[in-house]
This record gives sequence, C-alpha cells and structure tokens, in this order.
Amino acid sequence: MTNPAADVKNADVVFITGSNTTEAHPVIGAYVKQAVNRGTKLIVADPIRIPLAEIADVYLQIKPGTSLALSNGMLNVIFAEGLEDKEYIGKNTAGAEALRELVAEYTPERTAEICGVKADDIARAARMYASAGAASILYCMGITQHVNGVNNVYGLSNLALSTGNLGKPGSGVNPLRGQNNVQGACDMGALPDVYTGYQQVGSPDAQKKFEDAWGAKLSGEKGMPSTVALPAVLEDKVKMLYVVGENPAVSDADNQHAIKAFKKAFLVVQDIFLTETAELADVVLPAACFAEKDGTFTNSERCVQRVRKAVPPKGMADWEIFVKLMNLMGFRCHYDEPEDIFNEMAALTPSYAGITYSRIEENNGLNWPCPANGHPGTPILHVGAPIKGKGEFKAVEWVPSQEAQMEGFPVLLTTSRLQHQYHTRTMTGKTRAIEEHCPGSFVQINPKDAESWSIEDGETVRVSSPRGSVEARAIVTDGLKEGTASMPFHWADSANVLTNAEDLDPVSKIPGLKLAGVKIEKL
Amino acid sequence: MINIFLNGSELAVKEGSTVLEACKGAGVSIPTFCYDERLKAEGSCRICVVEVEGAPKLMPSCSTLVAPGMRVLTHSPKVVKLRKKLLELMLSNHEISCLQCEKAGNCLLQDYAYEYEVDTEKTKGRKKIAEYASSNKFFSLDQSKCILCGRCARTCSQLQANDVWAMAGRGFETEVSTPFGIDMEEAGCVHCGNCVSVCPVGALKPNTRHKFRAWETRKVRSTCAYCGVGCQIDLLVKDDKVVGVEPAGGKSNNGLLCVKGKFAFDFINHKDRLTEPLIRGEDGRLRPASWDEALGLVAGKTKEIRAEFGADAIMGLSSARVTNEENYLFMKYMRAAVGTNNVDHCARL
Ligand code: SF4
Ligand code: SF4
Ligand code: SF4
Repeated sequence: MTNPAADVKNADVVFITGSNTTEAHPVIGAYVKQAVNRGTKLIVADPIRIPLAEIADVYLQIKPGTSLALSNGMLNVIFAEGLEDKEYIGKNTAGAEALRELVAEYTPERTAEICGVKADDIARAARMYASAGAASILYCMGITQHVNGVNNVYGLSNLALSTGNLGKPGSGVNPLRGQNNVQGACDMGALPDVYTGYQQVGSPDAQKKFEDAWGAKLSGEKGMPSTVALPAVLEDKVKMLYVVGENPAVSDADNQHAIKAFKKAFLVVQDIFLTETAELADVVLPAACFAEKDGTFTNSERCVQRVRKAVPPKGMADWEIFVKLMNLMGFRCHYDEPEDIFNEMAALTPSYAGITYSRIEENNGLNWPCPANGHPGTPILHVGAPIKGKGEFKAVEWVPSQEAQMEGFPVLLTTSRLQHQYHTRTMTGKTRAIEEHCPGSFVQINPKDAESWSIEDGETVRVSSPRGSVEARAIVTDGLKEGTASMPFHWADSANVLTNAEDLDPVSKIPGLKLAGVKIEKL
Repeated sequence: MINIFLNGSELAVKEGSTVLEACKGAGVSIPTFCYDERLKAEGSCRICVVEVEGAPKLMPSCSTLVAPGMRVLTHSPKVVKLRKKLLELMLSNHEISCLQCEKAGNCLLQDYAYEYEVDTEKTKGRKKIAEYASSNKFFSLDQSKCILCGRCARTCSQLQANDVWAMAGRGFETEVSTPFGIDMEEAGCVHCGNCVSVCPVGALKPNTRHKFRAWETRKVRSTCAYCGVGCQIDLLVKDDKVVGVEPAGGKSNNGLLCVKGKFAFDFINHKDRLTEPLIRGEDGRLRPASWDEALGLVAGKTKEIRAEFGADAIMGLSSARVTNEENYLFMKYMRAAVGTNNVDHCARL
C-alpha cells in the first residue's frame, strides 16, 4: 500500500475494485464504512455485489476480467473532459500522450459494452474519482489474480497518476495483501529474482554484497517462480520441493494438477498441521506457530511489527529448523535468537536499515522505507514526487480472457473469500463456532440462470471446467449477474479444482484464479 | 496551552482537551464506564463527574472542555458521594455473582465498587434476570450483568460501522438488544467481537471453553496471524496456553479486530498439531521419526539431488505465514547453502 490503512478515512472518494474489503480485510472494510458515514463518496467495481456495493455512490457490476477496460474507459472520460491534473502530469509523470491516444478508443459506450455496465455510470465514476481533493484506490486479488493482472494494476496506477492521487493523505494505489506476512516474504527476498529489499539477482553489485556478507558463492541465474516449478516437476526438471507453511494442494490453481507434481517430487513439507499438502510429503517437519516464537511480520501498509513467544512450541521454530539444515548442508552458521537474524538482514537491506526490535517497540511499529536509525519510517509513499522521479503511464490494451470464450463452458466463475474462514482453513477450521457458521462450500448463481437450469436455492449442483468438476450447494442470489457465478476457494474440493494454472500473467506469473469458464448443471 | 487548577495544583493543558484528558495526562485517575477515546463522548454514565468551581452541577469530565483558570476537584466529598450513589444504583439490579463471573478481576464495576467502598447489602433491589436472547455462536450477552453504558452499541455503530445494538425499553426494562430482538446475523452482526472487547463488565463475553480469571493470565503483545491488515493483539496466556485474544492499539487497527483475530485462536493448542517429524516409510505411509533422522534425510536428499541434477533441480517455497526472520533465513538457505535462486512463496495465490 502506498498509504496506511486508516488513511482511507481521509479520502474524499474511495474507489474499491477487486476487493471484497469487508470480508477479506474486515478492519479496513470498517474504516471504509466509517468514512462513508462521514460523507466520503464510494465507487465499487466488482462482478460480485459485495456488501460495500450496497452503500456505494456508484456501483459498477463489471463482468469478470474487464477491469482494465473499465480503467481505460474512466481515463477516456477524464481526458475528454479535461479532468486530469495537468500540473501533476507535467511535473511528475512520463508517457501521458501514448495513454491519452490509447484510451481515446475506450469511449464510455464501448467500455460499457465490454464491461456490461451503463456508460453513464462509467462517466459518473470517472468524474467522481477525478474531481476529488484526495481519492484512494483499494484493490486486491480481483485485480491481480488474472492472466492480465499486471496490466490491471497499470490501469489503476494510470488513474492515480493522471489525477495526482499519490503522495498525499487520503490518496494512493493500495493493494491489500492477503496473507499476514506476504509483504514481508517479498521484502525478505523469498522470490526467485530478488534478494532482500528487491535487490536484483543478476546485478553483480548485489550478488557481491550478499556473497561477502554470507561468505558463500551465489548463483547469478534468476530462479524459477512456483507456478513454473510445479510443471517443471512433471517435466523432470525439478526433483525436490521444500514447502514451508503453505497448502498449495488446495490453494493452487488447478490443484489436481499441482497434486501430481507433489506426488512426483521428493517433497518436504514444514507446517503446523498435517495439511492436504503435507499428506503427500516424503518428510514432514512440525513447525511452531506465530504464538510460539519471536520475530516480525510486515503488514500491508509496510509496517514492521513484532510477534512474541507466548507459549512453548509444539514443533520447532522454523528459523531453528533452517539453522540446523544449513549446518547439515555444511554451511556453518549460528544465531542466538531471531533478533540476530533481523539485524543481519537489516544491515543488508536499505529499506529496513533503520529498524531494530527496540525501535519497533518505541514507535508501535515502523513503516519501511526506514533507511537510518532515527528515521521515523514512511507511512505514505511518493510524497512530493514519485519515488522513481517520474511516474510512468503504461498504455495497455484490454484483451478478452480465453476463459470467457470457451465452447461448452459459458459461465464466468470468479473465486471468493469469507471473512470467517481463512485461506485453506488449516487454522480457522479448528475453531468450532467458525466451522458451524461456515460449514462448507457453495456456488452463487443468478436467479434467472437458476431458473433456466431448473436449479433451486440450496440444491447441490455440479460445477465443471476443463480442469475438473466439483459438487456444491447452490445459493441463488441477485448479487451476481446472469452468466456469472462465484465460489469460495477455502475448501479442498471447491473452486481451485476448476481454475486454470497454465495461462499465467506474462510478468507476474500469476494464474487467472479469478476467472474460470465453467458450466453448472443439475445433478 | 492554558492553565487550570487540578485539585489545587496549577497545570498547563492543551486547549480544546477535555477535563478527563487533562486528568489522565496528570496521572489523576477518574472512573469511567461509557468513555472510550475512539468514540464521541456521551457523558451518559456520569461516573466520571467532577466538581468545577462556579458550575451549578457536577460535570461529566469526559465531555467538559477545559477553560483558562478552571478549578477542578476530582475527589471532593460531593463527587465521591455521587459516584457511590451511582454505583449503588447500578449494583441494585445487578446479579452480583463475582465468585462465578469470568470477568472478575477485569471488571470496572467490581473495581470501582471496591475503590468507593460500596456496601452491597444496601443494594439489594429487584435484579435483572440472566437472559441471553441477543447472543450467537461466538459470544453471549447476559442481561443480568449489563450496566447500560452503551459502549457496545456505540462501538458497533461508530467504529465497526454496523448498527446491530440498540437500547430498547424504558426504566428498569431498558436493555441492550438487536432492533426488535431479531437474530444478530439478521441485524448485520459479523462477529467481529469489538463490542465484546469494550464491555467493561461481564455482560458481553466470548463463548469460550477455557476457564480463566484475569489474574491467572499474562498478556503477550503480538500481531494477528491471518490477513495483511496486521492488527495488534494481546494474547491472554494461562498455564502455557492461549485462552483468549484482546485487541490492542496498533497503527493499522486502532483497537479493532475481526472474527478471525478475536475468536479463531483454537488452532494454537489444537490436538491435531504436529509435534514430531514424519517420514514416508517403505509401506508408503508416514511414520514418526526423530529430528535427527528427518533433518538428516532432508539434507542427504538435497545433496544427492544436487550432485546428480544440479542445485536448480531443487525448489524452495517459503511462506507468507512465517516471520521475516524465517523468510530471510530460508532464502539464505536456498541461495547460500543449497546454491540455487529457486525460492518463491505464495504471494501470487
Ligand atoms: S460483534 Fe461486531 S458487528 Fe456484531 S454486534 Fe458486536 S461490534 Fe457489532
Ligand atoms: S453489554 Fe456491556 S458494553 Fe453493552 S451496555 Fe451493557 S455493560 Fe455496556
Ligand atoms: S484481526 Fe482480522 S482484520 Fe485484523 S489482521 Fe487479523 S484477520 Fe486481519
């Protein structure tokens, strides 16, 4: 996030898209509702009529996979009506002309057709967003988990740049991160192409820095992303998988395909429960949960905060396991406690250089970049000017998803989350009240579709895609448009049996989890 | 800054602050029930009254602003008498069962009754009866303990921005309930438990199978392990078990939580937790193994595969659930000890 979560309360207009905020990030959802109660205007664009759509000033029920077209259409209106922030564009951006040319094609009428919404509503949303003193964009997986996810994000940052909605309170482009420490895992370089703090693998300077610090020779070749590694197992290029604290046998797109890879490779799984993935492992290492060890998490707003050991570990703390393995591999190392690891990392990571455990405590958390001791942290990014000097517009064309054009699978299925459940339920599923409240999977469909397929509310139906087929309870609701459906992904035998793992975003390598062509039938 | 006189001593305070804030700043403790710094001050419970020289009546300190030269007495006989009277009134219809009540030790009514030496023999009025009509799977509302401070309702409407609670009825019959007593879910409750966390007495309580009293627990400040909001929490620990979670005032959550952070902690001490390593045996089943054997096998296999197929035939998937320190160490393990940049995590999923 460029801006802190609570800062959304300072916005005059909030534009939420691809995020069911009250379900997936409930506390931020509450801030949005607080803001609306105090007069903030709300624009929601989502294929599912999410709870926040009910209190939105403009609700755009777009077809799944059409976000980029919507952004381009809004930009069309902004440029056509001269609502852009000319001064900001002139001083702080590059590439405005190319964008202006491209979006000229995205008239509200044409965009309305692509997205399945009213042209007027697109224009209203554009005017509302562009005329605000400060407007904030919140988005989540509904934007990124598409085969054109990166372009979807460009569409949103184009909106923010064109209106100068960066670097000030109540503004920004704010991706809400799904998992508690997904931001931290990225910052720490648990990625194939970067070391900590996004220092590039392949840059001789960065490589030398880490080689010197660690006393080891490192490979200069970028590694494989996970979505490429699993198919590589089936092609015999990868022989061993070491999976820490994840349950990809449920959460991966086309999970049946992923399971084949897990069965084939020598699989090590380190987790706190015998998850669906761990059941396939050759070695299972019992780990410690967050309440059983010291350390830090970095949240969505880049705030580094502490976790503390409250109870003794049932397994072994993950960091201790790694230290033991390093030594067994002949790489000598020793740490007394997690704080030593943090300090080693911070010394190698400019954006974390000024953060220490005691400073986290004194400041009630510190937002990176925090380059030096005494630096107060950076809750809002791009203040004054974009970090890279100029914010670059990216003129990107919308293309229809293949999933939306498959013979025999005419329904557009999008995946969803429930606020009571979390991810693959390995943790939430252990609280009885939660399981009682959310006992199982379901698929939501539109009343007209239900009628034409002779399906009644509550009836068990079959949902199939070219990848597989599952049964689920049908919930008939006008929260979805005709021809679209939605299904939560928390259960092993639900949405991710149906999703496509082969077609990835060319840059991020993210599969299009949010859009699968399916058919729905009576049993 | 302006100067006021607090219990006779001169004090510089910020203009526009309330008398209560001034007292807090000066370390003078004032009792409060309905007050919460995140909510609009209501002044309805009146327990925070103080004597302001020149004012005809005692003034609620939470909603009275400081003025230059103001002379405030926080514990004058008049003030103490009124507070005592208010406490007696509250206790007169309150089911006093501190021996059985989970809230004992963490209950403002109990604390103030002790501090103001309320004689409970004098408070034997008509008691409310324990009624749990407005309750759900996650928490329950016991009407016999409710002091009608309204904090739950204001928290739900002002902070959670839902309107589940309403004050219904009049006089003795007044109670907190959902509109027309409908189901909580129907009234829009999302089980965030934020109303439960602010209840100053034992009226709104989590449905828990853990038995504990405040003095048996210690609080450990931590960060919620679910979503990326990163709410700050206090884990309540008794006998090396987490028995409850309270919201804390972090930058991102300001004392709020959702249902997962507040109630979904049973996994920590769950019987299905893995406690020993497992290895797939000859028969194809997982069997228990020692740490030495399991880690030896992992390292051995890693070396074997690396020797035969190269380090790039090994892939490490780190986790968005483990700490920064662990993510750092895992990528260091893969890069420096195994020798490949094949390390990723599920940011994509
Ligand atoms: S649990 Fe949350 S939503 Fe439900 S009544 Fe309490 S504050 Fe309101
Ligand atoms: S339930 Fe608790 S918070 Fe709500 S009015 Fe009663 S005493 Fe106050
Ligand atoms: S309490 Fe809820 S909103 Fe807060 S971090 Fe945990 S899961 Fe997210």
